[in-house]
Amino acid sequence: MTEISHETRFIPDRLEKPWRSAFFSWPTLLLAVGVILFIVNSFASPYFLSPWSLSDATFNFTEKALIALAMALLIIAGEIDLSVASIIALASTMMGLALQYGVDTPGLVSIGIVTGIVCGMFNGFLVTGLGLPSIVVTIGTMSFFRGISYIILGDQAFKGYPESFAFFGQGYVWWVFSFEFVLFLVFALLYYVLLHRTNFGRHVFAIGNNPVAAQFSGIRVQRVKFLLFCLTGIMSGIAAVLLTSRLASTRPSIAVGWELEAVTMVVLGGVSILGGAGTIQGVVIAAFIMGLVTFGLGLLNVPGIVMSIFIGALLIFVIALPIVYRKIKERRA
Amino acid sequence: MKSLFRSREIWLLLVIAAMIFATDLRAPGFASLPRLEDILEDSSILAILALGQMIVILTRSIDLSMASNLALSGMIVALINQYYPGVPVPGLMAIATLSGLLLGAFNGLFVWRLGIPAIVVTLGTLTIYRGVIFLIAGGQWVNADAFTPDFVALTRIEMLGLPLLIWYAVAIIAAFYVLMTRTSLGRAFYAIGVNPTAAVYAGINVGKTTFWAFCLSGLLSGFCGYLWVSRYVIGSVEVAKGYELTIVAACVIGGISISGGVGNVAGAVLGSLFLGVINVALPVINISPFWQMAISGAAIILAVVLNSRGEKRGARLILKNAESA
Repeated sequence: MTEISHETRFIPDRLEKPWRSAFFSWPTLLLAVGVILFIVNSFASPYFLSPWSLSDATFNFTEKALIALAMALLIIAGEIDLSVASIIALASTMMGLALQYGVDTPGLVSIGIVTGIVCGMFNGFLVTGLGLPSIVVTIGTMSFFRGISYIILGDQAFKGYPESFAFFGQGYVWWVFSFEFVLFLVFALLYYVLLHRTNFGRHVFAIGNNPVAAQFSGIRVQRVKFLLFCLTGIMSGIAAVLLTSRLASTRPSIAVGWELEAVTMVVLGGVSILGGAGTIQGVVIAAFIMGLVTFGLGLLNVPGIVMSIFIGALLIFVIALPIVYRKIKERRA
Repeated sequence: MKSLFRSREIWLLLVIAAMIFATDLRAPGFASLPRLEDILEDSSILAILALGQMIVILTRSIDLSMASNLALSGMIVALINQYYPGVPVPGLMAIATLSGLLLGAFNGLFVWRLGIPAIVVTLGTLTIYRGVIFLIAGGQWVNADAFTPDFVALTRIEMLGLPLLIWYAVAIIAAFYVLMTRTSLGRAFYAIGVNPTAAVYAGINVGKTTFWAFCLSGLLSGFCGYLWVSRYVIGSVEVAKGYELTIVAACVIGGISISGGVGNVAGAVLGSLFLGVINVALPVINISPFWQMAISGAAIILAVVLNSRGEKRGARLILKNAESA
């Protein structure tokens, strides 16, 4: 991000014991919040604890969570992509446009994903090729991509997607496990391996912590960043396929505001907005928490806009809590 | 003379003039006084908001909650006007401004006292403030017939041939010009943006100055809450939805650097004017309003590309490199 920290870092002589650091880690804290929410929800509504309603609950976060996975890597590398929701709109519009020319399901899916990649490459080129700040570039492309959808569609909508296309957003793989949910789990695993178990993942952390040092260590900083923008593009394309299939229609206002929800998920998941730190486990748990909050409040007939108060407050307070705790501890010492 | 043409603001002004002239060729009569008045009226609120955002961006932060703050403050005065029509309108303006100030101070406190990045705090308050509108209004809209005539008139009455709305903007722009160039607080915003470490050594309290930046952006958002509701004669949850990014766009087009420390009042105003001209011109030359979003998006990208080319010349970048290296 744009801020540069000038504080000196505290480097302890000895690392904390692994079980202790695992117990007090961000994902553990989040998991506790999640479990509490789950218990509260199951007491609050008798309809909550049924496999089918829980399965329904997954639909309202899997698409955003898929984007959040890639966004997490991008934010860890010190960049951000605010155009993801607009990429969904553009990819969905392109699919709808192809549909008018009689393209069938496999073609539609590939068009959606390819549109995502192209948009991601465009962002990546502007940021890494021209050296522009990503937050401004993607605010620009956010209007630009969705603007193209508006030019193509106006106030119209594309409808009439083939029945075989409906599987991606409405189909079930096995029992209550929807295709979307299984896809999310598979991608979560892939991203976990990519970020925490490969050289590429270490490069992402290195770049986020100090791009100049990373450059001098022989990491191709610009290339890694470019690939990360492509990744968020691809994930947005995939999310566009799922969402379009689920809604069975395309409007230019599709997925409005999702970019902020995806960022919220990533930050709630313990990824530092300044880059350099974060885990995929955290993001996955944060996705579940946001799903639980939305679904639980929905069962209690709380309107969506009021839910957003909870999500916003959750974001601020979950981040403020450890800071306040540390401050109190420092004051006592 | 040479330095005049190197300045970004002059170029932006020329581009705006060229756009008005080009539109006039396609649709004769566009470069006439009533149309120009439309443009000014259309960009007034955006210009005021862009000033607030500029100060925050100068300090290396960002305020994404401005549009929600505006909508909430606007709803508060709309409701007061509906249920207590006796409250005089200047009082309502003060209430809107105060509410905006408090909401902005709330953002500022989290950034200052807890050191949470501004983008996270304002991302949170963006959704919180908008949700609160729904709560206080009970999901209702305040419709046009619920407002008192005064409430609606105080942005419309003409003074010296121009509606009051434009004069509010002019007064605020003038005040901010003085603030940014003639007061120590204004210079402090620049100082902590260019180099926070140096600012500390110069005796500036970085956290507190950032706090003031958020207070100011909140205050302006609140005041614009009244202006918006009065101009469009509606109070609803949807007011100015998504506008936060338009405000940032106006700043970026005006040459305010997102990495802090660079930008001025003229830039913010011209950036808003640029978007205002596009808004008014498109329907006039029979381009569907659906083109507007893509065009302003392209304008943002183009502006940021051009600005970065501009910054590469001159000595500023060398300093910046040295700092980040």
